[in-house]
Amino acid sequence: MLAYLIRRLLISIPLLLGILVLSFVMLKLAPGEPGVIQQDLQARATGAQRETLRQLYGLDKPIYVQFGRWLWRVVRLDFGRSYSPDGRAALDKIAERIPITLGLNVLELLIIFSVAVPLGILSATRQYSAFDKSMTLFVFVGFATPDFWLALLLMILFGVQLGWLPMSGLRSLNFEYLDFWAQVWDVLSHLILPVLVASFGGLAYLSRLMRGSLLEVVRQDYIRTARAKGLSEGDVIYKHAVRNAVIPVVTLLGMMLPGLLGGSVFIETVFAIPGMGQLFVQSAFSRDEPVLMALIVIGASLSLLGNILADISYGLVDPRIRVSGREAR
Amino acid sequence: MLGVRRVKRTGQLLEGEFPPMARPALRRSVFWRQFRKNQLAVCGGAVVLVMTLAALFASALAPYDPGAYDVTQILMPPGLAHWLGTDQIGRDVLSRMLYGARISMAVGFVSVGIAVGVGTLIGTVAAYYGGRVDEVLMRFVDLMLNFPRLFLLLTLIALLRPSIWVIMAVIGLTGWMGLARLVRGEILSLKEREFVLSARALGARDPRIMFHHILPNALVPVLVSATLGVAGAILAESGLSFLGLGVQPPTPSWGNILIEGKANIEIAWWLSVFPGLAILVTVLAYNLLGEGLRDALDPRLRQ
Repeated sequence: MLAYLIRRLLISIPLLLGILVLSFVMLKLAPGEPGVIQQDLQARATGAQRETLRQLYGLDKPIYVQFGRWLWRVVRLDFGRSYSPDGRAALDKIAERIPITLGLNVLELLIIFSVAVPLGILSATRQYSAFDKSMTLFVFVGFATPDFWLALLLMILFGVQLGWLPMSGLRSLNFEYLDFWAQVWDVLSHLILPVLVASFGGLAYLSRLMRGSLLEVVRQDYIRTARAKGLSEGDVIYKHAVRNAVIPVVTLLGMMLPGLLGGSVFIETVFAIPGMGQLFVQSAFSRDEPVLMALIVIGASLSLLGNILADISYGLVDPRIRVSGREAR
Repeated sequence: MLGVRRVKRTGQLLEGEFPPMARPALRRSVFWRQFRKNQLAVCGGAVVLVMTLAALFASALAPYDPGAYDVTQILMPPGLAHWLGTDQIGRDVLSRMLYGARISMAVGFVSVGIAVGVGTLIGTVAAYYGGRVDEVLMRFVDLMLNFPRLFLLLTLIALLRPSIWVIMAVIGLTGWMGLARLVRGEILSLKEREFVLSARALGARDPRIMFHHILPNALVPVLVSATLGVAGAILAESGLSFLGLGVQPPTPSWGNILIEGKANIEIAWWLSVFPGLAILVTVLAYNLLGEGLRDALDPRLRQ
């Protein structure tokens, strides 16, 4: 297991390096370098002054030197200062938002997993029943529903019409004046809609996967053996089949992380939650390159980490992996 | 000499046995029979057809000019004059949605075209040459898959400034990885088959074998994947437009009408409900059509 873990980590180093190269390429791809943009603002700048600016930003150096310098800064987690008026370090702006986005994502993953697996089991064991068919319908609709639209619909229903739930932010304006339990409820009530909306698509996907996986496992010989030796149907399904059917689902849970991180862009924008996704949209609007670059490097690294965790958990759940030393994807 | 002739003869024999596109009539009739059985897929196809026609003839069908504002008709709920209501400067929502359908369809088709081109090329080259080329290209696919796609989309659009061409290109260039893997898998299983060996024995060069003999046989999964890809691209475009980084107002798109829906969420439900419903129905239709095509075209999945 340890050897596998080490190998898995070693394989991800070139991937991480690739992420950095690609990010740098995107940065260079953008029309207009910082020096040129500043010159546009100051039309009277002379050629010599322009050259000074280019030297200041290191733009006169060959591209690999520029990349080396950028990489060295990124490795030390120095992404530069935000272009926005506050001028704070890009990393600081992001660091305070990571817990919010990561917390939401973990919550979503937990909910998706704990609801999708039972749903998948129910529709697999009742294949072609009315429940299974309505689940299939739900899956198709779930795939096709834009989550920002679902958010708007739920806001109209629970926020505007019924007035039960708050529609934006993480806490109410009077948060500080509430007692402890009221504060807990305040945060929870703010989280219900975003988490519900964010889990919806993943729920459809994973329950479908669980259904397929279980249907596959049920056809195996050892299930027939279990039935033949007279186990009850419940024992066959829950003690023998489900344990094996859950394995591929666990891996995919980890692979869903990039999608969930991306999805937080919509959720956080619609519900005005101050997380990484909201910062991303704001930075994209103001073309705040240092923050954008930092966000994309951190986001990609987080999903790389998610994949590694998924692979490791896969190895823990399925002993066959350890023996064969599975190739990394 | 003798050897050459034998190979040649075997080649002809095999080509007679496995002609890639030799039985179109039979295939087509089987395909239709299978496809028609799947009522959901037929419905999906019909909706796709209607949506495409609506987009093509938007200018004839729209009851109003999509850009014409009418200050006496601000935020009117759905009624006889405006079937789907009006927005906050009195523009007809139905007309704007019809023109929005054009944007969605155009972005869907063009970006999927780009994704299919890039994905097929990379998948084919990786599978055909194998070895180090394969390794490098597939690591690149892994790399791209590790970027949260939306982060990638937003960064590229922010750096390049949104315009409809940039959006098409960017959606296409961030959506080819699944296709590349798919094509690679197909071709890996095809390239060891007898008709490829015989073509090589006959002296065909790499590009000819790749594009003339192997690719046509891998077209089915690509077609299915492309149909599903259109759905994904439409979702991506509407999402970007909803964030304000996609199609820019005053050009109407389903996504940017929803911005106004959110701004007026307390008073005008119709601005939120109908454009989103259009996205849902269209995406659902493409997905059903794609699944139906897969079931009808791919005999291996038939049960």
